[in-house]
Amino acid sequence: MLKVEGINVYYGNIHAIKEISFEVNQGEIVTLIGANGAGKSTILNTISGLYHSKTGKIEFEGRSIGHLPPHKVLALGLAQVPEGRRIFARMSVEENLEMGGYTRPGGEIAASLEDVYQRFPRLSERRKQIAGTLSGGEQQMLAMGRALMAKPSLLMLDEPSMGLAPLLVEQIFEIIRELHAAGTTILLVEQNAQMALSVADRAYVLETGKIVMEGPAAELLEDDKVRSAYLGE
Amino acid sequence: MAFLSTLFSQIINGLQSGSIYALVALGYSMVYGIIMLLNFAHGDIIMVGAYVVWLSMTSFGLHPLFSILLAVAVSTLLGVVIEKVAYAPLRSSPRLSLLITAIGISFLLENGFQLIFGAGAKVVPTLISGPTFQIGGASISTPALVTLGVTVVIMIGLTLLVQKTRLGRAMRAVSEDMGAAQLMGVNINTTISFTFALGSALAAVASALYLSSYAQASPTMGSMLGLKAFVAAVLGGIGSLPGAMLGGLVIGLAEALVSAAGLSVWKDGVVFAILIVVLLVRPSGLLGKPMKEKV
Ligand SMILES: Nc1ncnc2c1ncn2[C@@H]1O[C@H](COP(=O)(O)OP(=O)(O)OP(=O)(O)O)[C@@H](O)[C@H]1O
Ligand SMILES: [Mg+2]
Repeated sequence: MLKVEGINVYYGNIHAIKEISFEVNQGEIVTLIGANGAGKSTILNTISGLYHSKTGKIEFEGRSIGHLPPHKVLALGLAQVPEGRRIFARMSVEENLEMGGYTRPGGEIAASLEDVYQRFPRLSERRKQIAGTLSGGEQQMLAMGRALMAKPSLLMLDEPSMGLAPLLVEQIFEIIRELHAAGTTILLVEQNAQMALSVADRAYVLETGKIVMEGPAAELLEDDKVRSAYLGE
Repeated sequence: MAFLSTLFSQIINGLQSGSIYALVALGYSMVYGIIMLLNFAHGDIIMVGAYVVWLSMTSFGLHPLFSILLAVAVSTLLGVVIEKVAYAPLRSSPRLSLLITAIGISFLLENGFQLIFGAGAKVVPTLISGPTFQIGGASISTPALVTLGVTVVIMIGLTLLVQKTRLGRAMRAVSEDMGAAQLMGVNINTTISFTFALGSALAAVASALYLSSYAQASPTMGSMLGLKAFVAAVLGGIGSLPGAMLGGLVIGLAEALVSAAGLSVWKDGVVFAILIVVLLVRPSGLLGKPMKEKV
């Protein structure tokens, strides 16, 4: 479904991601794990079209998308929930969701809003509330609901558990499982390797811009190197 | 009684020039809100608009209304072209480069027009004529009345546009978080162009309203007007549209009240005094959100 081959991204002199290749198949949950600054967000943002790689290629459903601007990538069905949620803090909950549906035909927005409110009843109770006043967990739900408004076939999530209490982390991962069960393919970036590996089918391990390991998530969860480096054992 | 009617007349004057400042300040604020640029060429759009009105009326004999519409069209186009040609290529450069470019564009326009049309002021024929109304000893001219009316309508329209429409929502989203807005599918090039178009159109309307009372166009007319509108935008809180509206009216009223007190030589001085006080006491302005660096 998504195929990344040999991409490189630089910030000035910093070579942030190096010859990255990986793929996500239809119906999978794939996770990219790695420490701070490994290049995870850079990879997602490059797929989303915020950055461009001069080398290699990115294909989505057989189409080359590496040169496309973000709004065109999104229109193909590839949405991202960015790191740190980045909701529009000064807008209401409902306006945030409407922004998520920005590329959709106006007539379909109302139905999608209802879908999102059904999945996240908390957001429904708070439609008119200014998004900046939501709690961290609610903001994460808003960020996810906002991305779902675009009806993506592949959803990329950048550290959705960041800064949340353990109970909320469980809840967020439960939602990820539900979305997956409902047919959405998922590319999940996490520092919380334990949670990510337990929910994913396959995983890639990223170190300073390079993929250093890959395989079925269950195997990586048992791997000694992974356990000592990312699971604190 | 004589004092009261003078005061009242000055308040009308203040609201009239304040409306013009407000319309121009909106352009500064919208552009700053979206790309964090203090667009110092914005004032010169007023000047270009004024020359279009003058030229189309005196050389082509156009009806005042059509010359105003033409001025709006030309200014809108000019604003969009300036953004595309001069600012868009610098989108990932330091903000200082952008600021310097804007100042350069301002010089280019002022000197270009001086080269083409000469440094002297051009007299613009009457744009809006009509009786002067007397209300309790004070008088309101038709241009003043039209200026207030047009400004109120524009402010309501602009507020509805920004608050209620899809495009307005996109503008607010881009100004809060450009990257996140892009991830929602907002084409920022379109949104930025639209912002420049809107700001420049408002500047052209302001220009026509200005000419309706001070019927002169000159190459440097935009710099003082623009500067005062800029102070208005800062006073209101740069980036805030209600702030720009309020700031414009306050600046206009402050000028008029200084004149009413018989201190009209201090008219410009008081505006810059306001700027200094705002920057010292409340840099985020009356209605602005506390300053926060964008990441
Ligand atoms: N805008 C930027 N300008 C310069 N360097 C950057 C920028 N964004 C990221 N970097 C650098 O690129 C590298 C990869 O960053 P990236 O944000 O992709 O890592 P990450 O794996 O997402 O980290 P984290 O877990 O902290 O989110 C880091 O060394 C980072 O410092
Ligand atoms: Mg990151």
